[in-house]
Amino acid sequence: MSALLEFDRLRVEIPTPVGPRPLLRSVSLSVAAGEAVGLVGESGSGKSMTARSVLGMLPGGSVATGAVRFRGVDIGGLDPAGLRRLRSRDVAMVFQDPRASVNPVRTVGDFLTEVLRERGMSRAAAREKAGGILADIGVDRLAHRLKQRPYELSGGMLQRVVIAAALAGEPALILADEPTTALDVTTQEEVVAILDEQRRQRGTALLFISHDLELATAVCDRIAVMYAGEIVEILPAARLHEDARHPYTKALLKARPGSVPPGERLQTVPGVPQSAIDAPAGCVFADRCPVVEPLCRDTIPVLTAGVACHLEVS
Amino acid sequence: MTGLPWFVGRKLVAMLGTVLVASFVIYGALYLAPGDPAGLLAGGHEMSPAALAAIRAQYHLDDPFLVQYWRWLSGVLTGHLGDSMVVKEPVGSLIGARLVNTVLLVAYAAMLILGLGVLSGILAAVGGKVADAAVTVTTTVLMAAPAFVAAIVLIWIFATKLSWFPVYGSGTGFGDRIHHLTLPAIALSAGYLAYVSRITRAEVRAELTSDHVVAARARGVRRWAVLRKHVLRNAAAPVLAVSGITVAGLFAGTAIAEQAFGVSGLGSLLVQSAARQDLVVVQVLALLLVAAFVLVNMLVDVANAVLDPRLLRAREAG
Repeated sequence: MSALLEFDRLRVEIPTPVGPRPLLRSVSLSVAAGEAVGLVGESGSGKSMTARSVLGMLPGGSVATGAVRFRGVDIGGLDPAGLRRLRSRDVAMVFQDPRASVNPVRTVGDFLTEVLRERGMSRAAAREKAGGILADIGVDRLAHRLKQRPYELSGGMLQRVVIAAALAGEPALILADEPTTALDVTTQEEVVAILDEQRRQRGTALLFISHDLELATAVCDRIAVMYAGEIVEILPAARLHEDARHPYTKALLKARPGSVPPGERLQTVPGVPQSAIDAPAGCVFADRCPVVEPLCRDTIPVLTAGVACHLEVS
Repeated sequence: MTGLPWFVGRKLVAMLGTVLVASFVIYGALYLAPGDPAGLLAGGHEMSPAALAAIRAQYHLDDPFLVQYWRWLSGVLTGHLGDSMVVKEPVGSLIGARLVNTVLLVAYAAMLILGLGVLSGILAAVGGKVADAAVTVTTTVLMAAPAFVAAIVLIWIFATKLSWFPVYGSGTGFGDRIHHLTLPAIALSAGYLAYVSRITRAEVRAELTSDHVVAARARGVRRWAVLRKHVLRNAAAPVLAVSGITVAGLFAGTAIAEQAFGVSGLGSLLVQSAARQDLVVVQVLALLLVAAFVLVNMLVDVANAVLDPRLLRAREAG
């Protein structure tokens, strides 16, 4: 299985007056064609930054080392035209909050057909295609919808439109950055189900970013657990509960509401979430790890056999 | 009822209401102003009480306030604006002769404000550091310089030194008028132009970093299309709102530029009439300026609602 998308020891630093500070420490991960990979972790762990690096949208002034390759091509080496082709044809992104990520003053039809029209498709053909995808994902009154503006739609309906726009370009990979976090719980399930079903039918690969372990395991083939700018464990979604080996993954699993009988206090991961900037020099999780050893504080563990932990390798 | 026609209808009603209230305030304020109109009408001569009483009767000055107001308002509405108390000419012809100059001056200044102000603001926001610094320095100077200072500098450079433009007067015929009005329009618009430029820069920069613009780039939309359809399109509504109020305010601000460049317009007429206590002229002019201000504002509101239909709904909900 050749990798569609491959992160190869991606490190991103941002220069500051006191020297470069890391945003991502070392991300190595591959996504095969048609595969769904979940990227889970706490806020600030670098999940969104990892997704944005695929589109070449790192923060201004930041310096990346290592590589992100799409179909074997290093994204860092693309010229503006190549980058635009990648964004409009190969990779589509679904953002967290549809209210913020869709231009509020233009119509749904304009939004859905914009990229298709730029590719040279006629107005009628683009509308037909966009309407067809909307119909596929269960949106009714198509002619009316295309004329509506974002403020006239509910959050869930608008996120469906965003997903339809992502599908319209027939990408090989969809990056979904917490696509349901801004929605209420009942619409969350519907929207995730639509995304899951459509990408399976079309054989589209998915990088699904979430802080919700249950949700990620439900739609993904593999789960990558991220902490402080580093991927600490990768394992098949079906075996997450049984096979989790990294202390952070175990702590996350214990912190879920379903892990204790009703009425008892939930367990939490001790300490506060860290970003890549304030993580320790050795293992990123050393400061909060319940089973930390002296070796962990000085030496960075390498991701081997799906886990980056000194205690597991030895 | 929803939609644009309903919105425009409500705006029209509100506009008429505003002008009506303004007419009452204007007439009331000048009624309360110190000075005896009868003495003024007599031309400053000492007159016998009987002669004064005759004048008061002729001009209905002894009627109750509301009766006088109503007589004036109905006169204005039927086109009988009255005669100037000082120069004894019909107010209509006094204004008519000067209206064209002021409208041309305001239109000229408005074009400069909208054209140069908006363009320089966009340039500062997207043109890189050097363009931004140049525009910021220029607009700071323009904002700091009051219209009468700008007028003196412009006359000195372009009229006396370079002789590109006339120093004084209104000109005749369209081309000549525009030639005469160039320096006054620049003097009038400079400060406002800088203000609109700053607002445009701020709005465009805010849109550039907004989530939907980031998302448009992530979809691989062309640079120019992102700028036009997502950045400028969305920045247009707030910029237009500010420019609209600025342009509407120009009607009241023409006095200085007209005085400095000897343009015979409504602003200079207002100042002269107020100085001569020519209440009849001042009343009509003040009402005309309010009406122009409210009308321009209404046009801007409607244009804004077309640009951003959310405004139609926000008003209905509120």
